[in-house]
Amino acid sequence: MTYVEYKQLNPFQKFAYKFKTFFKNLPRAVGRFFKGIGKAIVKFFVAIARGFKNYGTTFVKGDWATKLSYIIFGVGDLHKGKIYKGLIFFAAEVLYILYMIFFGWQYISKFGTLGTVATTYVKKGISKVPVYGDNSMLILLYSVLTIVITIAVFAMYIANIKDAYKHQVMRENGKKPTSMIYDMREFLDGKYHITLLSFPVLMICVFNILPLIFMILIAFTNYDKAHMPPANLFTWVGFDNFAALFDIVNTPKKAHTFLSLTGWTLLWAVLATFTNYILGMIVALMINKKGIKLKALWRTLFVITIAVPQFVSLLLMNQMLATDGAVNVLLTEISHLFGNTTQIEIDFLGKSEVLARTTIVIVNCWVGIPYTILSMSGILMNIPADLYESATIDGASPFKTFTAITLPYMIFVTTPQLITSFVGNINNFNVIYLLSKGGPSTEEFYQAGKTDILVTWLFTLSMTSQDYGLAAAIGILVFIVCATISLIIYNNSKSMKDEEAFS
Amino acid sequence: MIKSYKFRRGLANGVIYFILGLMGIIWVCPFAYLLMHSFRAEATVGVPYLIPKQWTFQNYIDLFMSSGNASINFPRWFLNTLLVAAVSCVISTISVLAVSYTFSRLRFGARKKLMNIAMILGMFPGFMTMIAIYYLLKAMGLNQNLIALMICYSSGAGMGFQISKGFFDTIPRALDEAATIDGATKNRIFWSIILPMSKPIIVYTVLTSFIGPWCDFILAKIIMGDARELYTVAIGLQSMISAEFINDYYKQFLAGAVLVAVPITLLFLKMQKYYVAGVTAGGVKG
Repeated sequence: MTYVEYKQLNPFQKFAYKFKTFFKNLPRAVGRFFKGIGKAIVKFFVAIARGFKNYGTTFVKGDWATKLSYIIFGVGDLHKGKIYKGLIFFAAEVLYILYMIFFGWQYISKFGTLGTVATTYVKKGISKVPVYGDNSMLILLYSVLTIVITIAVFAMYIANIKDAYKHQVMRENGKKPTSMIYDMREFLDGKYHITLLSFPVLMICVFNILPLIFMILIAFTNYDKAHMPPANLFTWVGFDNFAALFDIVNTPKKAHTFLSLTGWTLLWAVLATFTNYILGMIVALMINKKGIKLKALWRTLFVITIAVPQFVSLLLMNQMLATDGAVNVLLTEISHLFGNTTQIEIDFLGKSEVLARTTIVIVNCWVGIPYTILSMSGILMNIPADLYESATIDGASPFKTFTAITLPYMIFVTTPQLITSFVGNINNFNVIYLLSKGGPSTEEFYQAGKTDILVTWLFTLSMTSQDYGLAAAIGILVFIVCATISLIIYNNSKSMKDEEAFS
Repeated sequence: MIKSYKFRRGLANGVIYFILGLMGIIWVCPFAYLLMHSFRAEATVGVPYLIPKQWTFQNYIDLFMSSGNASINFPRWFLNTLLVAAVSCVISTISVLAVSYTFSRLRFGARKKLMNIAMILGMFPGFMTMIAIYYLLKAMGLNQNLIALMICYSSGAGMGFQISKGFFDTIPRALDEAATIDGATKNRIFWSIILPMSKPIIVYTVLTSFIGPWCDFILAKIIMGDARELYTVAIGLQSMISAEFINDYYKQFLAGAVLVAVPITLLFLKMQKYYVAGVTAGGVKG
């Protein structure tokens, strides 16, 4: 279809066309995605190979001090008169060696087995006293810590060699190394990014990346109730936890739970995202319509829901939806008007699967629509006024300006938000957990209820039944789903964006 | 002809007012219910009518007189949360602003890579790492300690840079360039040019990071375990409607929820325009 033909279509045909091309291009997008990953891996290895080459050539070209830097950190810098930097490098090496001797080695050496000495019990009088053997959990935790530290020290080692060679070249060219004060000043200007990023990055490394590596590794162990340190050891089991989630023959209950919950998670994410998006957009358009008064009042009414902490409003909703809660009371009083005399006691969240799921989606609208209204209102006010002016001059009807300007603009601007809220809903823990705790409970599922989504199941598995290995495996799978969806759509919408008129 | 047009527009507006009014009632009613029943004198848990029959301040008084009680100590919880929120808010704000300025204005080799890493890290479910964080803090001797909470709430802040980066991107680069020509360092530009122009986004960051600790209860619960005197209001209130306490403390729970919601709501309504500015600054960029 040519551009002109496309422009002649009506909005619905345009939408249908885009819908069709999206799915037609999907295989190609997926292909591009995996090709991109492949390319990145190749690039990574090429970079490593180049690093090895530099490592060799620098050694050949280096003088004695540079060569000695390959074993003792900082010698090159000290020799060339860059004292403070040389001392820092040297101190790093000494500290690292001390760390490994007194702490790191005893853990990292057992990393392959996660400990072999089991806890034994010695009789002391009447009671048995445990003599603790290896603690698999601590071995794994400190091994990860040691690996991260080793990588950091290795980076320092490479930096030390580069710096030594740099100063050697500088000396050969008759230049002097820069002074410490000059370098410090440089950290406020040319190297300011290092100053600003070091603290946040350190925090993220210790409290986000380190735990994440730890949990990813846990997914490949049999860490559960029966293998609980310090009394028991756990060990590597390869892909057993992942297999348990897909193997319908050997572990039917777990696999059935996983597959059903995945289906509901995706359905939930689609429903929650689009109900919020569409209804929120409609309300935002109503509030911002010309001629509607008290705009601030309407907006404030909805904004209160955002302002009240989510756990308060959700716990409140949970209480109100109970069999003797406010909603049933209200329904009873309404039914009294129609001559009913009995008490209505609908169990919104505890009994029927369909009712509980519907209730959660509706309550989620109540929680989520105000966010959409708020951001949409901002965007609506941002639409350039001259677009409307020229449309009016050209004789466009209000309906036409809506379909030709407002709607495309909003959809264009909010696509990234739509993706983030979709991924956010896959991980939407609060709404499910605070409203229904995953119920109605069922015997069909392994440690899960009918409204549990994958992340709440993950939570129950690690908190209640202590299946840490299985929980970590689910976490990794959720990550893979989220990452794939957002990367594919992101890449697609970027290429689409270039054709749009509003960028 | 004109008359019928006016009539049609009036009718449309009437329908819109009706829908908005109805929705407004639906949206506000639960909170009205919360407020009314926090002043209820009679009965303990649920009542089969909507408007309380007797009104009293007793629930609020009980809540604050509970400081001698070992398991329900609302004043202490409130102070805990205030302390944690204040400290983690300062650390988070500094981290977020530093990271977003770096990614928005400074150009260096690893920039794109670091941004991608932050995006990928954000896609892991947050609850996955909780167990590991718990053991890590335990190994550091920080479990059942308020410092642990401050660290947890502020450690990941650096990854939430997108919105304020979007805002910084809208500040014209010509300003930076002019300052550079006049001899200003990057540090100077950050403090004297970018920050003074970024009031909306600073307020937004402060607000969101201050509210965070009031609302989270999963992480806090895992770290605090059974140390009830160190609870924050969120876990404290949640524990008040657990099966163990709900019969005695339901009305106090409602009162406590009001006391948490009111200051945050007022703060939020006051700062609303900054919040909108923050959300749209991040959104419009795409």
